[in-house]
Amino acid sequence: MSASQSRAPHASPAVSAALVAAAVGIVGLLIVVPLASVFFEAFAGGVAAWWTALAHDPDTRHAIWLSLTVAPVAVAINTVFGVAAAWLVARFRFPGRSLLISLFDVPFSVSPVVAGLALVLIFGRQGLLGPTLAWLDWKVIFSWPGLVLATTFVTLPLVVRELIPVMEAIGPEEEMAAVSLGASGWQVFWRVTLPNIRWALLHGIVLANARAMGEFGAVYVVSGHIAGATDTMPLRVEKLFQEYRTPASMAVASVLAGLALVTLVAKFVIERRLEAESRDLEAARSTAETPA
Amino acid sequence: MTFAITALVMTALVLLPLAVLVLRAASLGPQGFVAAAWTPRARAAYGVSLGAAVLAATVSAVLGLVVAWVLARIDFPGRRVLDALVDVPLALPTAVAGLVYSALYVEKGWLGHWLVPLGIQGAYSYLGIVLVLVFVSLPFAIRVVQPVIESLDRDTEEAARILGASRAQTFFRVVLPGILPAVVTGFALALARALGEYGSVVFISGNMPFKTEIAPVLIVSRLEEFAYAEATTIAVVLLAMSLTLLIVVNALQQRLARNAQ
Repeated sequence: MSASQSRAPHASPAVSAALVAAAVGIVGLLIVVPLASVFFEAFAGGVAAWWTALAHDPDTRHAIWLSLTVAPVAVAINTVFGVAAAWLVARFRFPGRSLLISLFDVPFSVSPVVAGLALVLIFGRQGLLGPTLAWLDWKVIFSWPGLVLATTFVTLPLVVRELIPVMEAIGPEEEMAAVSLGASGWQVFWRVTLPNIRWALLHGIVLANARAMGEFGAVYVVSGHIAGATDTMPLRVEKLFQEYRTPASMAVASVLAGLALVTLVAKFVIERRLEAESRDLEAARSTAETPA
Repeated sequence: MTFAITALVMTALVLLPLAVLVLRAASLGPQGFVAAAWTPRARAAYGVSLGAAVLAATVSAVLGLVVAWVLARIDFPGRRVLDALVDVPLALPTAVAGLVYSALYVEKGWLGHWLVPLGIQGAYSYLGIVLVLVFVSLPFAIRVVQPVIESLDRDTEEAARILGASRAQTFFRVVLPGILPAVVTGFALALARALGEYGSVVFISGNMPFKTEIAPVLIVSRLEEFAYAEATTIAVVLLAMSLTLLIVVNALQQRLARNAQ
C-alpha cells in the first residue's frame, strides 16, 4: 500500500518475511490446498468422466435442479425481509429496537441442525401444525417448502446485516426531500432508497445465495434426504460419498466450489463499488459542510 | 408494512420454531428433560462439541491474528489475492469442505500420505473435527481483528521503540492491549460458528459415539430413530450454549465499538 507502511516501526525485513511466509502457509494449507484438490480430484478421471457423473445420473441432475430452484426463492424472501427490516431499524426508533437487531443474529448462532429440528416440530407430521397441514394436504417437511424454509432461516441475517449500516450512513434526508416534493412511498423506495443501497443489497444477495446453495445441516434435517426428490447438491455430495462413489461426489463438489469462486469474484467487485460509493458520500458531506 | 413483514418473518421463522422447541422439551418435566438430555452418550457429545470448538476457535484466533497482521501491516506481492482467499470458507459449502478435508487426510490423500506414517490421523478422528472447524471459523477470527490493526495508532509504537522498548516489549505492552478485545471477539465468533457446525464435521469425524460424535450429529441420529424427545432436549442444551455465546459476543462487540470511538 502506501510507503509509510514499509517504514512502520515493526518492519524488520526478516520478521516481515517470516510473518508473510507464515500467513501464506496458513492460508495455503488450510484453504488453497483443499480448494485445489476439489478440482484436481473431480477432473482426475478426465473431463468426460466428470461430465458423465454430473449429467448422466438422474438423481444428481435432479439435485442440481432442486438447488437452483430452492436457493433463489429463499434469497428472494430474504431480500424482501432484509430491505423491510433494515428500513424499520434504520429509519424508526421504537422500544425493543436493539433487541430486534440482536434477534437478527440468532440464525447465525443457532446450529443449523437445531433450526431444522425446530421446523420439523412445527411443520412435521407430529408437529404443531401437522394435523392442519395434513388436512390441507400440504407437505412441508420432506418436501420443497421445508427446504425453502430451512434455507431462508440460515441465510436470514445476511441481507439485513448488510443494509442496516449503509441505510444509517446515508440518512433519511434524501427520502424526506422526495416526500416533501410529493413522492409516494413506493416512488421514494424505487427512485431514492433503492439506488442508494443497491450495491450493499447486491452484496447481501450474493452472500445469501452462496450460503443458500451450500446449506447442509438444516436442509439435511427437513429434507428426509430422498434421492431424486429432496436431495439438494450438498446433500447429493454426502450421499455419493456414503455410497463410496467419491469421484462422482467430487464432481458435484467441484460445481459447488466453482460457484463459491464465482461468488468471491462478485463479492470482490461489489466491495470495490461499495468503497467508492462510501468515499463519494463522505466527499459530498464534506463539501456540503464547507461554506462556499 | 415494513413492520408487518419484519414481524411476520421473525415470528414465523425464528421465534415460533425456537419457542416450540423449548416448550416441547419443557413438556417432559425437569426429570424427563434430564433423563433425555443428560445420558452418558449425550454428555460425551457435548464434551466433544465444546472441546473441539474451543480448541478450533483458539487455533483460529492465533493463526487469524498472524494472517490479519500480515494483511493489515505488510505490503507484499499477492497481498490482495491472499486477502480474497481468506473469504473462501464463507463461500465454500461446508459439505465440500468436509469431503475434501477427509480426502486430503486419509492415508492415501495428499497430506495423509505424509502425516499418517507419522501417526497423525487427520481423518476420522478428533483432530479431523478440529481441522474442519478451524477451516470454517478462520475468516471470522481474521475479519474482526484486521480492521482494528489497520486503525492502530502507529505513533505510539514508534514512541515506545524510540524510548528503548524492544520489538517484543512493544508488541506485548503497546500493540497487544489495543487489539486484545478484537482478538477475544474473533475467538467468540469463531467459537459460535464452530459449536453448531454440522456439514463439514459429519464427513471427517467418523461419528463414533463417546469419541468423535458431536452434539448436532447425535441430534440427527436420534431424529432418524424417531426419538424426537431426546433429539429435542439435546437441541435445547445446544441452543442454550449458542444463545449464551451470542449474548457474550454482542456484549464484546459493543465494547469493541466503544473502544473504537
